[in-house]
Amino acid sequence: MATTVTNLGLPGSVPQQPQKPGDNYLNHSRSILSWAFTLDHKRIGIMYMCGVLAAYALGGFFALMLRTELINPEPTFFKDPVQAWRFYNHMFTLHGAVMVFMFIIPAIPAILGNFALPLMLGAKDVAFPRLNLMSLYCWIGGGLFFAFILLKGVINVMFPGLIGYWGNGGLETGWTFYTPYSTTTGDSAVTEATLGAFILGFSSILTGVNFIATIHMLRPRGMTWFRMPLFLWAIYSTAVIQILATPVLAITLLLLCAERVLHIGIFDPAMGGDPVLYQHFFWFYSHPAVYIMILPAMGIISELMSVFSRKHIFGYKFIAISSLAIALLGFLVWGHHLFVSGQSALANAIFSLLTFSVAVPSAIKTFNWVFTMYKGDIRLKAPMVYALITIFLFSIGGLTGLFLGSLSTDIHLTDTYFVIAHFHYVMMGSVLFSFLGGLYYWWPKMFGKMYNEPVAIIASLIAFIGFNLLFFVQFIMGAQGMPRRYATYPAHFTIYHQISTMGAYVMATGMFLVLLNLIHSLLKGRQAPANPWGSNSLEWQTPSPPPHDNFPGAVIAGDPYDFHRWKFVSDEEGWVPVEAEADIDDDTNKAAH
Amino acid sequence: MSHATIPTSGPGGHEPHAHGSPGQHLAHHFDTPQQQYGSAKLGMWVFLATEILMFGGLFVAYAVWRTNHPDVFLYAHTKLRWELGFINTMILITSSFTMAWAVRASQLNQRGLSILLMMVTVGGGFGFLGVKTIEYSEKYKHGLWVGPSNQFHPKYEGDIKDHDSHEGHGAAAGEHGAAAGEHAAATGEHGAAKAADTKTADAHAAVAAAPAAAPAPAVKPVGADKSMIPLGAQGPSGVKSEYLKQPTATGVEQAMGIPDPRTHIAAHSLSYDSMPEYSKQSTHQFFQIYFMMTGLHTLHVIIGMVLISWIALRASKGEFSHEFFTPVDLVGLYWHLVDLIWIFLFPLLYLIH
Repeated sequence: MATTVTNLGLPGSVPQQPQKPGDNYLNHSRSILSWAFTLDHKRIGIMYMCGVLAAYALGGFFALMLRTELINPEPTFFKDPVQAWRFYNHMFTLHGAVMVFMFIIPAIPAILGNFALPLMLGAKDVAFPRLNLMSLYCWIGGGLFFAFILLKGVINVMFPGLIGYWGNGGLETGWTFYTPYSTTTGDSAVTEATLGAFILGFSSILTGVNFIATIHMLRPRGMTWFRMPLFLWAIYSTAVIQILATPVLAITLLLLCAERVLHIGIFDPAMGGDPVLYQHFFWFYSHPAVYIMILPAMGIISELMSVFSRKHIFGYKFIAISSLAIALLGFLVWGHHLFVSGQSALANAIFSLLTFSVAVPSAIKTFNWVFTMYKGDIRLKAPMVYALITIFLFSIGGLTGLFLGSLSTDIHLTDTYFVIAHFHYVMMGSVLFSFLGGLYYWWPKMFGKMYNEPVAIIASLIAFIGFNLLFFVQFIMGAQGMPRRYATYPAHFTIYHQISTMGAYVMATGMFLVLLNLIHSLLKGRQAPANPWGSNSLEWQTPSPPPHDNFPGAVIAGDPYDFHRWKFVSDEEGWVPVEAEADIDDDTNKAAH
Repeated sequence: MSHATIPTSGPGGHEPHAHGSPGQHLAHHFDTPQQQYGSAKLGMWVFLATEILMFGGLFVAYAVWRTNHPDVFLYAHTKLRWELGFINTMILITSSFTMAWAVRASQLNQRGLSILLMMVTVGGGFGFLGVKTIEYSEKYKHGLWVGPSNQFHPKYEGDIKDHDSHEGHGAAAGEHGAAAGEHAAATGEHGAAKAADTKTADAHAAVAAAPAAAPAPAVKPVGADKSMIPLGAQGPSGVKSEYLKQPTATGVEQAMGIPDPRTHIAAHSLSYDSMPEYSKQSTHQFFQIYFMMTGLHTLHVIIGMVLISWIALRASKGEFSHEFFTPVDLVGLYWHLVDLIWIFLFPLLYLIH
């Protein structure tokens, strides 16, 4: 670290010094400590990636376990039903909590945002690099603690003898910590788990603060607000939600701890409290939080649609403003989680109306993406395939949201698998697939290696088929009344559950292929060109992987969606600026430049 | 379409910097000190917004409870000693002033003055904590502590003696609030000066406040039927008016002979016994909210004191000058926020009329 900092501390050293060939941010300094104390946003993004993908593997493993338990109505893992059902409770809480707090929320902002945001701005780093590192360590510390507490519960159910050794743990409340479950289930580690979520929230807030300051202050000359890549608009809107909503979660969790430890009775009707107040507090954060998850995904789609259609994004300003509109409207709809919680009819009607209004900016985005492709020169590379899958799944997920936003249908569908399916179509279908699309898209820039294109596309299709098998039947059984969060069910739902479980394993196969492909590319991938996609945003105007200081020389900030100056060169299998190609053609001009 | 060249080197790159020049504080990714200062300031404001929203949650909880139980808040706030809250308000406003002055002194290169003012500010923080300690220990002594240690809590298991003594004290505080006469002010000073000897103050005040205090037959809320969910909690929070306000005002409650809380608000003389049963059961909520709000605020005061001490230490090493005073400025902003939150807490908790 010491060498890194002194190098950075010498102003003027950066552009004048010619880059050593092959010197990049990955091999700039090699010790473990140079990674552990790095202030480089790119390295922090890579470390986030390792952690967040590990969390995804953990949550995904337990998703498979849940589906395995549900393969028939009988207990699967244990003979004793009580043990089996408790095992199920612990598992679904772990799956939900880990996926929400440790995977979907940080996935795109913390990994791709950290890596790409300063590069897209042509900046050398985020505004507060130390805060960025602190945010990473908040995430690691809080996440390890959180996952440990949740896993402890699962292990305790498997080996009850261990409770005497290391005490109770785990959570059976679902990721929402609803009172009175969370205040009355004696052996659940609610206090510890909320502490973990609290620290994870800090990580989210610090990242949000950093991104807002970076986008406000570090835009290069010539990049006005409406010249920013749309991914940055999405990240900006996300950061606004992160800083406005997450503190409310923090205070909610503090009150929940106080309720549980000090018995202040604020959520307990027997002490003059109100459990519905908890739901209001919780969803005031957690509804905007779903936009923390989806907005960056929408930003990625906006990038991919334009780049792989070789066409200027359609309706730039509408897409940009609709991100902010979603961020703001997202704060006004939390009550739709409380339609059947005893909220007044008037409030229900208002929240229902506001919920429908969110569909407007979402539809604006979707139509603009589709229209961007119209008469475009579409390249079906893996990121584009993922983007198309995302639009398809988001349409299903978004439109079924309207069913749930309507008061009359919601009363029937509340707490059924219909909700599960809707949520997963939006959160997993849209966010996960666009995250993978973004990961493939920026992967060559991150590591300087290309992945195997056919395998990537096959993997995406396998995952797509698996996903729809897994969740589409859940719409059907949900509409037929299958309630969520039950480990067993009436026999006539068996066929749906079995299709769903089969889909889960198909999807897992696709995910393994993705992982293998990425690992293979790291080991044996072809060297990536600076600009493999012909994008005009700034991160592609530096070598892959970028040097420690991001840009070796001056870069041009223009319209990020104007692709005219890029031309594909088959020798390099990448895109080069038209001027540069002219240089190559004309040997006499070479020296002059 | 106009292209602009990104200044990858920036002004910092064009001129070499010797140590001691402002350039040593300029991080490599900023072009100018102004950009760096602006970023830091913006980041701090955004962070302060998160703080406001965090307290916002508690303010919302407060609003919901006060709307649901106006009589509880009117009655229970008399257990707080407004004069102590007032002293703390004065302390914090003064310390905010000294902090603002410290920032200015730092900008003007008056290092000694700046450090002195920061130490005065920290001293104000200690004063605040001292008064808060007096308040909290009094509450603890009188069985008005957080959680089940509060005598109004359904699960309170303390003895009734505490309840009695607190009734006297509460009435005295109520007298202060209502009349705010010379006598009350004197009692307040007395209490603040000799915190340990509150019993004297209580007894003294109880005599003065005879009319309200006299009945106080100390009906312990413990005796209430725990299985009954209080009326006030049956409606959903925040939106209960259409279900509950009407019966409270005109219908069921009046028919049952339960007085309308709003009458009491007008009367300014609320006693525990005159409150409807569901309000009695909720009385402890006022103290829970009081402790949550002031507790979280006190935590922020402590954090602010640590930060200011740290900055004062850095200032004593000569790290700040008129060219670089960002940390002083940012910590100053934090301290003003802590002050500002108290400015809202004080009237909301101590001055309910």
